[in-house]
Amino acid sequence: MGMLVSVTCGVLGCFLVVRRMALLGDAVSHAVLPGLVLAFVFSGSYGALAMGIGAVAAGLLSTVLIEGIHRNSRIKQDASLGIVLTALFSLGVVLINLLAGKAHLDQECVLYGEIAFVPLQAAVDVLGLAVPEPVVHMAVVMLLIMLGIVLFYKELLITSFDPQLADSLGIRSSRIHYGLMAALSLTVVSSFESVGAILVVAMLIVPGATAFLLASRLHWMLALAAVHGFLSTATGLVLAVQWDCSIAAAMVIAGAGLFLLAVIFSPRFGLFSRAFRRRQLRNHAAREGLHVA
Amino acid sequence: MRTTLAAGLVLLAALPARAAQIGDLSESSIWQQLLRFLSFSDPSLRYALLGSLLLGVSCGLLGSYIVLRRLSLMGDTLGHSVLPGVVIAFMLTGQKDVFVLLVGAAVAGGLASLSVWAVTRFTPLREDAAMGIVLSTFFAVGIAGLTALQKWGSANQSGLDKFLFGQAAALGREDLVALAIAAAASVMFVVLLYKELLVSSFDPIFARTAGMPVDSLHLALMGLVTFAIVAAIQAVGVILVSAMLIIPAATAHLLTDRMHTFLWISALVGAGSGALGTFFSFLGSSLPTGPCMVLAATTFFSVAWLGAPRHGWIARRLQHRRRQARVAQENMLKAVYQVMESQGMEPAVSLDALALRRHRSSPEVRAQLAGLERRGLCQVDGDLLELTPAGRREAERIVRNHRLWELFLTNQADIAPDHVHRDAEEIEHFLSPGLVARLEEALGHPTADPHGSPIPARGDS
Repeated sequence: MGMLVSVTCGVLGCFLVVRRMALLGDAVSHAVLPGLVLAFVFSGSYGALAMGIGAVAAGLLSTVLIEGIHRNSRIKQDASLGIVLTALFSLGVVLINLLAGKAHLDQECVLYGEIAFVPLQAAVDVLGLAVPEPVVHMAVVMLLIMLGIVLFYKELLITSFDPQLADSLGIRSSRIHYGLMAALSLTVVSSFESVGAILVVAMLIVPGATAFLLASRLHWMLALAAVHGFLSTATGLVLAVQWDCSIAAAMVIAGAGLFLLAVIFSPRFGLFSRAFRRRQLRNHAAREGLHVA
Repeated sequence: MRTTLAAGLVLLAALPARAAQIGDLSESSIWQQLLRFLSFSDPSLRYALLGSLLLGVSCGLLGSYIVLRRLSLMGDTLGHSVLPGVVIAFMLTGQKDVFVLLVGAAVAGGLASLSVWAVTRFTPLREDAAMGIVLSTFFAVGIAGLTALQKWGSANQSGLDKFLFGQAAALGREDLVALAIAAAASVMFVVLLYKELLVSSFDPIFARTAGMPVDSLHLALMGLVTFAIVAAIQAVGVILVSAMLIIPAATAHLLTDRMHTFLWISALVGAGSGALGTFFSFLGSSLPTGPCMVLAATTFFSVAWLGAPRHGWIARRLQHRRRQARVAQENMLKAVYQVMESQGMEPAVSLDALALRRHRSSPEVRAQLAGLERRGLCQVDGDLLELTPAGRREAERIVRNHRLWELFLTNQADIAPDHVHRDAEEIEHFLSPGLVARLEEALGHPTADPHGSPIPARGDS
């Protein structure tokens, strides 16, 4: 389960990093909460379909709201994001508390999830889903997203790096954008019960950022992000057993450790290679009789 | 409501404190709860209310600068990042002493800002990614600590998870002291350094050249924000504390253009949301306070966003509509004038010719002319129309603006004569008399535009 979550999030997160929308991931992951609760209220069940629809609707609504507030008033984009994120999240938490008697949702679970509850024995507690179901859902979501990325690889690539070219080629960048947001909401909601609303942000951004430091081509970046997700899950599990703490949190910490390694040792941007290059430059300058301060 | 609260505040300070749990009486009716709330008969409610008012003021004031300096998401990052500080401080000391936790949180907050800076400085990653990484990693450390603590089953740890969403009812005397210090410090900071903060927020380069310590100011602001966040987390929780920084200030931003009004509004909205949030949390008996405060603040914001006198959505819409209507009327006047020109300045213009020129049907033109007639700019008589003297002056003004601008673009900006029409079509409605005078001056009081059409002289009718 952990692998599925971290690999899916990692791959999707690459696009957030290169599109400079890292914090939109944060916003969407908070914003799906009221969608989930309302979906539960209206459908009266924890059906995957209802939850998925609720989450995608809420995720898209949050993007529309952020855009709407910042485009139609003098509020800057960062503030508008902060407002929408916290407002929707609060709405979700209040709804959960109001429904506390009826729903099996609880705020701790929403916050940091509990991956250990997903396996067979303790399945009843987690959003009321039957045992292997979350894993199946996650796998389906992962396949969908992988399929989407493969099918729209070219469009994603172009709209991410050169929106003007995309426009001139007749690619609807706004559709790609909202598609990505829908995929994001779907991933977030399926990862919810295992990692929670806030840590999923780390799952999204950290692998992408690490891969960004190591690769200069998008497909390598995607592959590396998947590897990162894989490694951080494995390390995280070990750490969690070691420290006896939340597995999701340990996964994030492991991921951050990998990111730190990349910051230090990356061949192009790492601290070592930068220091090395500066040294080379200075030697070169000395040979040429220049003085570099 | 606000005056009641203000009056209550005075009372609160004088009343002795007794410990009790608010929200115990969940079985009583809403009206009884309301009465209990407004009569301040509940001592811990007084604590909670005073605490949330203080919190609202300090967050509102500091948030003003956070929003203006576009640091909103830094507030979010700091909010999440203090969690590990709190948890680790608790692990090390094993007690829930406010000042110990505060030190831990401050250290964590400082580390977090430093990490964001380091990531943006030493990697090609953007600030948003840096903040996302720092925020979630710090938070993960906090959660790891929290869950580990839970499994140790330490009896003392109960209440630590209140830091996530906040529970104003749990505010103790020390929390209040911390909040009071935070509020006092923010007020002092804002009052004493008003000018410096103002200048460095709006024009950092000028501030630097004027010899102001811009970096120290920034550091001081971030330090105070961290302090305010730490003081506030007991009441709103780490996740939503950023909202108390951003939303009141954003509301104020919509309502005013002056900095001191901005600060007043922001502090008032902050205090109001704090009080309302406590109130709702109290009514709902088990609701966490943080989300309630945020929803109260969001309500204020939505009202401001819709109805703010100058920057609200409705005002903007109306303004847009008015402008469009004016432009349509001016275009109609211009068309009348052009038809008159084409028939040798014969004043009676047929509606059909006008419709032809405007590419509209006759009924549409007639409907538009009704507006002009109401303003006394023209008279419609059957199928013929004649401009009144005022209407003619207005039409000449528009045509003059248009042709002057075309001439200006061709002569002074070196744009080909066949490219200037569209631009002039836009700007003719917005040129001020002063600017027109300067254009005429610069162009040597011309009499013809680049296409050879005469430019109507001023006051020529």
